[in-house]
Amino acid sequence: MGEPIIQVEGLYKNYGAVAALRGVSFAVEEGEVFGLLGPNGAGKTTTVEILEGMRTADKGLARVGGLDPLKSGTEFKEKIGAVLQSTSLPDKLRVKEAIELFAQFYQRHADTDELLHRFQLDEKRDAFYSQLSGGQKQRLALAMALVNDPQVVFLDEPTAGLDPQVRREIYAIIEELKREKKTVLLTTHYIEEAERLCDRVAIVDYGRVIATGTPRELKQRSAGMTRIEVRLARPVAVESLARLDGVADCREFDHTYVMHSTHAPQSIVALVKYLEAQNNELQSLEMFSPSLEDVFIELTGRRLRE
Amino acid sequence: MIARALRNTCILTKVRIRLAMRNKTFLFFSLVMPLAFLFFFALVFGRGQAGWISYILGSVLTLTVMGSFWGLSVQLVTFREQGILRRFRIAPVGAGSMLASSILSNYLMLLPTVAIELLVCRWAFHLRAWGNLWAIFWLATIGSATFSAFGLIVASVTNTMQETQVINQLIWTAFLFLSGASVPLAIFPHWIQGAALFMPATYLATGMQAAASGIASSSELVSDFVALAIGLLVAFEISRQLFRWEPEEKVPGRAKLWVLAAMIPFLAFGIYENATGTRLEQVRRNFIQLSNRDVPAQRATTR
Repeated sequence: MGEPIIQVEGLYKNYGAVAALRGVSFAVEEGEVFGLLGPNGAGKTTTVEILEGMRTADKGLARVGGLDPLKSGTEFKEKIGAVLQSTSLPDKLRVKEAIELFAQFYQRHADTDELLHRFQLDEKRDAFYSQLSGGQKQRLALAMALVNDPQVVFLDEPTAGLDPQVRREIYAIIEELKREKKTVLLTTHYIEEAERLCDRVAIVDYGRVIATGTPRELKQRSAGMTRIEVRLARPVAVESLARLDGVADCREFDHTYVMHSTHAPQSIVALVKYLEAQNNELQSLEMFSPSLEDVFIELTGRRLRE
Repeated sequence: MIARALRNTCILTKVRIRLAMRNKTFLFFSLVMPLAFLFFFALVFGRGQAGWISYILGSVLTLTVMGSFWGLSVQLVTFREQGILRRFRIAPVGAGSMLASSILSNYLMLLPTVAIELLVCRWAFHLRAWGNLWAIFWLATIGSATFSAFGLIVASVTNTMQETQVINQLIWTAFLFLSGASVPLAIFPHWIQGAALFMPATYLATGMQAAASGIASSSELVSDFVALAIGLLVAFEISRQLFRWEPEEKVPGRAKLWVLAAMIPFLAFGIYENATGTRLEQVRRNFIQLSNRDVPAQRATTR
């Protein structure tokens, strides 16, 4: 394996009294889709924006393609493409004009018509930016991120706030980038997105990377476990559920009891008996195979969406 | 590096012009409003006094050029607040190109308005002579760039649109009423005339009025050109240094003092002009000369 294309070592960043990053470190290999998975406020966007050269780190090292994002200027910007979390374009700029405008800034650029076709924006080529739907705006943002055929693409929460149908369309585009062997750094708080799209994932929480690996490797931590989520008519002590047959641990999140069980059928039988004895009622019960959500709960004691 | 910056400036200038042409508010404030001012002043103050039309033209041209100040600051703050600037930041585009393109596009869109105002005065209000067209052109060019750069400084030192509007309003009011652009400087008390010499707008207004009236040669207006050009250089550099791409990147309160720093050249000019007194003398002389121009016309009308 050669030199990593993205290298992050001991990044620290404070916003006043708030520590956004507390020693973030990871490395991304060329051609890899690497995900930063974590809840809102974990430090994902700050990390990505430091790598894009939009913020300065208080301490630590950030390199993209061997370049310092802050000091390498134009040479660096020619190599990267980005979908920013919060950005916009002038309302009266047409779709085709937007792509053409940004293409002109780069020495190497893709064909506008090809990009419009690839991102299914042919029919909207003459539409104003203000006339686009959320999904179309995001597709345009992706097209603009690829306008210079970049070596590294940063996608900061590319599907946040989009409906499931549009989200799947964006997934298909990212999967295409993956097939093209583009290096992609993706931030997300959607488990499904990280599991489906990423070759490797770094789980970020409170400004630290708490685990790194392939989704499969990370899920191995919870191998053989089943997540059982129940809602009850009346609250019970978490400890009493944790003592049921086969239950390894139990936590309560917003009136939902989340148990990890090594023997799900026995645990459910034990739960029903316990509830009968307590004169309590089961309102809902769901079972899940191990996911990155379980890894996050195991590592932090919290759910990702909290 | 410089070639790339120039190329980006041209690219952005074209897009800005295109966007402005699609913006009805911009068209109203940059074309309709100056012409409305021209018709109002000409019909109310210039009626039956053809000589005054040239003076009114100078005033309206000054207001048109000074309008660059207001428009650019609002546009830059809007772009920053909406996160539009940060999209450009990712691309190989520098702050200099962003700022220069807004000044250049504003200037290129200003020229047709200036030409229309001249033509309207000549054909609709019987302007006797064209005045010093070269001086008008150069004052419009340098003045537009200078006042645009002032607007960009305001945009850089304010954190919200509300703040921008308040500061703009304060500065604009001073420019409008104390520079001689709306009320002739010569009729003010002497102490106000002296204070007006510290304002950049005064150099544009007095220069433009003298040029439009044809009572000053280009060489007599050199000090106006120099004052505005130095103001431009200082203001552009300050706005470039203070430029912010990010909406959440707030400037500390003391940074607002940079607005005053941009006025330093005019502080120097103000002290110099107050000490020599030549500019105010010339302003008063021009005003009397213009007043006398219309005497025969007025008498003829009375008979």
